Amino acid sequence: MTNTQDTSTLKMTARNVDIFYGDKQAIKNVSIDVSMEHVTAFIGPSGCGKSTFLRTLNRMNDTISSARVTGDIRLDGEDIYSSSMDVVQLRARVGMVFQKPNPFPKSIYENIAYGPRIHGLATGKSEMDQIVEKSLKRAGLWEEVKDRLQDSGTALSGGQQQRLCIARAIAVDPEVILMDEPSSALDPIATAKIEELIHELRGRYAIVIVTHNMQQAARVSQRTAFFHLGTLVEYGETSDIFTNPREEKTKDYITGRYG
Amino acid sequence: MTEPTTMKRQPTDWKSPDMVQRIKRRYAAERRFKAMGMVAILISVAFLAFLLISMASNGARGFMRTDVRLPIDFPASTLMVDPASFKGSSDDVDQLLAGLDFEGPVAAAAEQAYGAEGGALLADSAWLIVRDAIKADPTLLTRKAELWVPASSDVDIAYKGEGEKPMRDRVAAMKQAGQVTSGFNLGFLTGADATDPTIVGIWGAFKGSLLTMIVTLLFAFPVGVFSAIYLEEYAPRNRWTDLIEVSINNLAAVPSIIFGLLGLAVFLGLFPTLRSAPIIGGMTLALMTMPVIVIAGRNAIKAVPPSIRDAALGIGASPVQVVFHHVLPLALPGILTGTIIGMARALGETAPLLMVGMRAFISAPPASFTEPATVLPVQIFLWSDEVSRGFVEKTSAAIIVLLVFLLAMNGLAIYLRNRFETRW
Repeated sequence: MTNTQDTSTLKMTARNVDIFYGDKQAIKNVSIDVSMEHVTAFIGPSGCGKSTFLRTLNRMNDTISSARVTGDIRLDGEDIYSSSMDVVQLRARVGMVFQKPNPFPKSIYENIAYGPRIHGLATGKSEMDQIVEKSLKRAGLWEEVKDRLQDSGTALSGGQQQRLCIARAIAVDPEVILMDEPSSALDPIATAKIEELIHELRGRYAIVIVTHNMQQAARVSQRTAFFHLGTLVEYGETSDIFTNPREEKTKDYITGRYG
Repeated sequence: MTEPTTMKRQPTDWKSPDMVQRIKRRYAAERRFKAMGMVAILISVAFLAFLLISMASNGARGFMRTDVRLPIDFPASTLMVDPASFKGSSDDVDQLLAGLDFEGPVAAAAEQAYGAEGGALLADSAWLIVRDAIKADPTLLTRKAELWVPASSDVDIAYKGEGEKPMRDRVAAMKQAGQVTSGFNLGFLTGADATDPTIVGIWGAFKGSLLTMIVTLLFAFPVGVFSAIYLEEYAPRNRWTDLIEVSINNLAAVPSIIFGLLGLAVFLGLFPTLRSAPIIGGMTLALMTMPVIVIAGRNAIKAVPPSIRDAALGIGASPVQVVFHHVLPLALPGILTGTIIGMARALGETAPLLMVGMRAFISAPPASFTEPATVLPVQIFLWSDEVSRGFVEKTSAAIIVLLVFLLAMNGLAIYLRNRFETRW
């Protein structure tokens, strides 16, 4: 296992993380760093544990009662599994975008405003309007929906819904955004828009993306981690992983021998 | 692959006699299935139509009342009272009226007008009408007057074309002479139970049902919904919650009379003075309705897509916020449907209420949750047990009132469901 040795700002660090579902070990001794202004891609065959690992970074695995995490995961040096860490605040700081677009069955405006409202991030209607507009603009959706903010979020197309979900995550002003195969349910044009958006968002956040699509990992990420059967096989600069992998397994996977 | 590779498969002949036969059999099977479905529907519709038509034809007459014209010569009657004494407060008047004998003069007037057995033509309660008429207009006492008073059950039945021949002929003759008439019985909708079928009313039982249902809803809905939320969203999955789940499912299947015994033992044991009160009946029915609401609520909550929970948790909503902002609003239509089904069952329930004393004879509508009351199904049961023939059509009429109440509740359920469903 390897770590990149550079000077970029470390946002999250994971050391010797093991994850169990009941008796079954899903992740074995994984250590990884996530930096600001970088896109980190997790790739690997189905069932290799990359989504499981992603979901521990904002403790979404807490909802599964049989899941158990050991090891050390820190956000800005603070242990996210310590008792002093409030899980609700953690999830506001480490936002998440899911595989299937899942807007709330409410208006577009409500979808964005819900997060800031429950965290008390806006003090008045006009401030909330600003947050909604800014979030939608950053997610590249503003021009398409500005005239129908009161329409239901579920009435948008799949790609628009996913960008709405990204806008919803941005609205609570997170530091890290986790994306779990954000474009696997979308057509190529919508996928291209999401990738473009990831490029633009990179400058403000640390982004971690799980993807099945190796070309996508190559296109959007600066660092790539290759998972296989619950272990982290290789982690490094994306250009290195795709052109000059150190491990035989990585090479076999990216050249399409298996996976 | 055991077949030799040299053997070539014959092309299927889709027009062979075998094939044609097969197609015919398939079509026949389709037709048989369709016919059986239609017969089943027809049978159920026929049963329903039979029920409704027989109820309506019997019950409609229960809403009618027959009146007899009663001429009374007040100055000549034994009712010796000075109209001038009808002054002062209404309490004084009531006291004065209470001291008078009306039954004698009314019977005498009936005998004078209709012969020796004239008294039998009038309802036992006829004198009440006379008393109320005098109260309304004391000057009646100074002259001869004609009043319409309720007819006895025998006359009522004969007027509607049933009963014994001599009475039918007699009533037909009176009808010719304009001495009997029939009209809508408003008293049936506004009165309460009585011993005389001509003056009974359904309002007492209706109000009792209404009060009981309110109590049931107030107890069963919050308990049921919060149990469902806790079991679905918070409770860990272990042996204890499995046990609770099985118990709740069993509770929904327990015969209702058992709940009545429970209500008798627990609620009446705790509050012995509240026998027959809607609050006790309502709490007993709430025990019965609660498991239905829990089961419906859990299913409705389960049906909310997990992706909505993920989405809310993912932007930092607390579990309580997830439940109350997202899960519950989406589950509400299902919960309401289950609630109304449970309430409709409770509304039609008789047995448990008999156990807590709601089968008493209640001649005044209950004014509060703690006053003795009866409910519609129990009233129907009591009337169907009466010997007097006049109660038969009253029973049917009460059934119509109960069915209308049920339909109104179901209509409300559909309205609420649609309203909450279109919101998202």
